[in-house]
Amino acid sequence: MTQSTRRNLRNGLLFVSPWLFGFLTLQVYPILYSLRMSFTEYSGFGDMTDIGWQNFINLFKDDLFWKSAYNTLYYTVLAVPIGVVVAIVIALAMNQKVKEVPVYRAILYLPSILPVFALSLVWVVFLNPKFGLLNRIANLAGIPTVDMLGDPTWTKFAIVLLAQLGAGGPALIFLAGLRGVPTEMLESAQIDGAGPFRRFFYITLPMITPVILYDIVLGLALGLQIFTQAYILTSGAIGGQGMAGPRNSLLFYVFYLYKTAFQYTQMGYASAMAWVLFIVSVILALSVFRWARTWVHYESE
Amino acid sequence: MHDRDPMVVRESFRHMLATKIIPRFVLVLMCLLFLFPFYQMIITSLKTTEELNTFPPTLWPHTFVWTNYSDAVKYITFFRFTLNSLILATGATIGAIFSNSLIAYGFARIQWPGRDKLFFLAVATLFIPFPVTIVALFDIFAKIHWVNTYLPLIVPAFFGQAFFIFLMRQFLMEIPREISEAARIDGSSELQTFGIVILPLLRPAIAVVAIFAAVGAWNDFLTPLLFLNNEELYPLSIGLQFYRSEHNVAYTLLMAASTLVVLPLIVLFLAFQRFFVEGVTVGSVKG
Repeated sequence: MTQSTRRNLRNGLLFVSPWLFGFLTLQVYPILYSLRMSFTEYSGFGDMTDIGWQNFINLFKDDLFWKSAYNTLYYTVLAVPIGVVVAIVIALAMNQKVKEVPVYRAILYLPSILPVFALSLVWVVFLNPKFGLLNRIANLAGIPTVDMLGDPTWTKFAIVLLAQLGAGGPALIFLAGLRGVPTEMLESAQIDGAGPFRRFFYITLPMITPVILYDIVLGLALGLQIFTQAYILTSGAIGGQGMAGPRNSLLFYVFYLYKTAFQYTQMGYASAMAWVLFIVSVILALSVFRWARTWVHYESE
Repeated sequence: MHDRDPMVVRESFRHMLATKIIPRFVLVLMCLLFLFPFYQMIITSLKTTEELNTFPPTLWPHTFVWTNYSDAVKYITFFRFTLNSLILATGATIGAIFSNSLIAYGFARIQWPGRDKLFFLAVATLFIPFPVTIVALFDIFAKIHWVNTYLPLIVPAFFGQAFFIFLMRQFLMEIPREISEAARIDGSSELQTFGIVILPLLRPAIAVVAIFAAVGAWNDFLTPLLFLNNEELYPLSIGLQFYRSEHNVAYTLLMAASTLVVLPLIVLFLAFQRFFVEGVTVGSVKG
């Protein structure tokens, strides 16, 4: 190692040391610490009692664990594709030569930076069967009134709808992707007689697959950790206990984890849940990237 | 006009339809759908409770009850919560600017063995959901007596955040290498090069990070919920829950308060729209 390499190594490590320190203390250590906790019974006070694999065994026999996993999967499977389609539709419309696009862009992007806790509170009013406007709009279209937050078949869809208010962010990324599709390619396809749908599916769509991958990965990560919406839409007040929505239909994984740790003070059991979430997230991320190799198109190919 | 080729006329109409009419229709429809909830938020915040409970709901308040706003800020300790949110946002923003610019510099502008592997690791942590660590973090922070203080909410910002590091690194990579070389030949140390030469050029990226860090802290719900249980320390995100009790929700006041919480963000957005858009799209082009 030459003197300048050594100096650079020292400087580089010094500059990134805040991250390195945070990574070790706020990520690696807590993950290992919760692995330790997951083999114990622990209330947060007093000592941890070793109970071996018991937490994990109980977990697989716990109906609420499966319920929360099912709810989370249900929500994610619904929210991710709908989110991708809504964002692409907005981006395609904004990519046309409509001169007032900046106005639409501001209106559509703005809700995505607003706090989820405030949007969820608005949702309580907006979806209310008595004074909510959503049902009024639906009635105009001939759809009967539905109490979306009171009917377990609709609660998750209510949150999928809420998530669409965040579509403006991904739409901007798709728009940037669409601007990168060479116009000569589209024009020559048009001259060869390809209609707008063929042009979209054979040229535009393959070229924005990297952005689709990015959006899917982001959507999966957010879907797995969904919490605030469920907390606010179900608990009437701070520390509100009881069911997470009608028939626990909004008991999402992280919500159950939170309740287990901080309302039922079963820190050991909650740590086992955290570890399952950790493993599932890693496996899911790896398999999405592997799967992506079969359909994501990169320029260099 | 009548002697124009009908094929051309039809083609140009179809072109209009595809590039002007349909996109406009889609965008206007989307905007309306996006605006409805906020429309409801604002009209609800101005109604009397009696009017709120009439069916069918009125689309425009009969009388504008502006006192809902003054009542809303008295119903809970609204100003205390606002001040707390501002303190948290300021702390998180200072931390984010300070740490991420240093870290990104180390990853972008110094050549050292192992750098790219560590950077890959930093980006990979984006895929680890934060809730994986909350149980352990709570226990750790409880043991060092950080629970019920702002330390768990502000200190982590001083250790960088993967997304911000990525964003600033993208920006730093585009600054020509020669600029640093020149400073180095003049005898500047790495820290001087960073502070005197690079930092001024990094201002737009710092603005993006500052805005996203501030908005992120203002919007955060889970972290304050976890680490604070003293009412006097609550930020707005938690404080707003006090309009609701088990049996009663003060809807009109709740919507007035929600409007007040959202308003600063709208102002911030309109003032710095460019930075918001830059922050969202920075990774997409190359990522």
